[in-house]
Amino acid sequence: MSISKKDVEHVANLARLALTEEETNIYTEQLNSILGFFEKLDELDTSEIKPTSHAFNITNVFREDKAGESLPREKALKNAPEQKDGQFKVPTVMEG
Amino acid sequence: MSLFDLSITEVHKRLKAKELTAIDLVEESFKRIAEVEKDVQSFLLIDEEGARKRAKAIDEDIAKSEDIGILAGLPAGVKDNIVTEGITTTCASKILENYDPIYSATAYKRLLAGQAIMIGKMNMDEFAMGSSTEHSGYHSTYNPWNLDYVPGGSSGGSAASVAAGEVYFSLGSDTGGSIRQPASFTGIVGLKPTYGLVSRFGLVAFASSLDQIGPLTKNVEDAAHVLQTIAGHDGKDSTSANVHIPDYISALTGDIKGLKIGVPKEYMGEGVDSQVKEKIMDAMKVLEGLGAIIEEVSLPHTEYAVPTYYILAPSEASSNLARYDGVRYGVRADSAENLLEMYKKTRSEGFGAEVKRRIMLGTYALSSGYYDAYYLKAQKVRTLIKQDFENVFEKYDLILGPTVPTTAFKMGEKISDPLTMYVNDILTVPVNLAGLPAISVPAGFVNGLPVGLQLIGKHFDETTILRAAHAFEQHTEFHKQRAQLVRG
Repeated sequence: MSISKKDVEHVANLARLALTEEETNIYTEQLNSILGFFEKLDELDTSEIKPTSHAFNITNVFREDKAGESLPREKALKNAPEQKDGQFKVPTVMEG
Repeated sequence: MSLFDLSITEVHKRLKAKELTAIDLVEESFKRIAEVEKDVQSFLLIDEEGARKRAKAIDEDIAKSEDIGILAGLPAGVKDNIVTEGITTTCASKILENYDPIYSATAYKRLLAGQAIMIGKMNMDEFAMGSSTEHSGYHSTYNPWNLDYVPGGSSGGSAASVAAGEVYFSLGSDTGGSIRQPASFTGIVGLKPTYGLVSRFGLVAFASSLDQIGPLTKNVEDAAHVLQTIAGHDGKDSTSANVHIPDYISALTGDIKGLKIGVPKEYMGEGVDSQVKEKIMDAMKVLEGLGAIIEEVSLPHTEYAVPTYYILAPSEASSNLARYDGVRYGVRADSAENLLEMYKKTRSEGFGAEVKRRIMLGTYALSSGYYDAYYLKAQKVRTLIKQDFENVFEKYDLILGPTVPTTAFKMGEKISDPLTMYVNDILTVPVNLAGLPAISVPAGFVNGLPVGLQLIGKHFDETTILRAAHAFEQHTEFHKQRAQLVRG
């Protein structure tokens, strides 16, 4: 499978990255070489193999449904690049 | 001789006898930093004021004859992806340049509870993505054995600071070898615990199913002491294991008679430097001389581990790093017209080249139409790699091999070709994929650069790894040699 410049632009958009023309060219070349390397896995027949997502099969880790300590608002907002009225502030979402 | 050449038990004894103070220990750190930091550059942040304050408090405890922790007074480096409340934590990324954590990682809290003294935050490859520390968003770190060479990565600052004697020990993190590989390159001990043994709460996530915090130390006994302090269940990490924590120190008996060790033929084959191989064979003779039974075994899917890792880790990373969007913390790019543009500008300006490359790779592997071919396929091969280890561990107590196929490479040598950097991880990534514990211990030198011996154990069997590594160390002198900061 090879990846085109257009694919790279599409993936960059999904990843919320704005690549320069130069970056797009470099990543197209590098991703192609890395994806070519991944083809090695095709040598293996894995049709009967179950996937592993985690080293151990820990499931359903429960705790008592008890309210713990919450983060005070000012602490939660401490690192916000911009805030207003005790909330995170972001640029316009929709043109209005 | 440095105060840091004293053993932990000796330091502890002298502190309690008031022959040594915690202030003496932190001053030893600052003295050494003043001498060598300009050449090694292992720190991103040095907290002189905080360290002196903590040292003073420990000395006051001692004066009042209060009990002190076994790590009391020991100057420590903490990798900069471990969050430290009130102390800037950047992950060596520009996107977190101004991040002032509002909480602390559990492992760091446990260090403080054990009264270790954090000297500063250690350099690393940005978001732990890399094997040389050249991918830091701030500056490179240099190998104390030869400053023209890389210290390895991603915990390169943690490793170099211990090797150069700037701190007594460090904490690092290991997702695909990031503790063991720099330990190998800088001639120190690096332990990657079993997945889940040390809490990941407050470890900035790279690949959540692989990440693990562990110690970098000058010898095995120190590693056992640090592990004892940081290991244990934590309700704040749902993948934290609720297991009994054994006494790691009492496991260091020196007795490895009858221990069964398998050496995978794939770990000693083509691609492993012949001089590195010789050192590993010398190490095997030492262990055999102590009564260990060493036999050749096979981990047949080893050659598939690197492609598997470089699909799974970037996939998890692309999801984990979606949180850096300039809204709640970190740096936000200026002058964006709308929200989408703000996200894109922030991420493009904030992330470095290797991080962007891995986000792209992971996003592609998870994207519609390619999920089965890459991500699911790699998860299935992960099962095969895990089974390889299970088969060998039915008959053997430990698996042995080199930590890395080569010694440290030159600065700049692999930076332009990511794939050549990735394939060097072949002997470390299988361990993370299977969630196993493993250690790298000094096993000799090739052209003045250190070689690491890797011992891999069964899940939660750190005691056997530590016992064998310690026995090896008692009969070799490599860990006693100190880096001389030469060039050329």
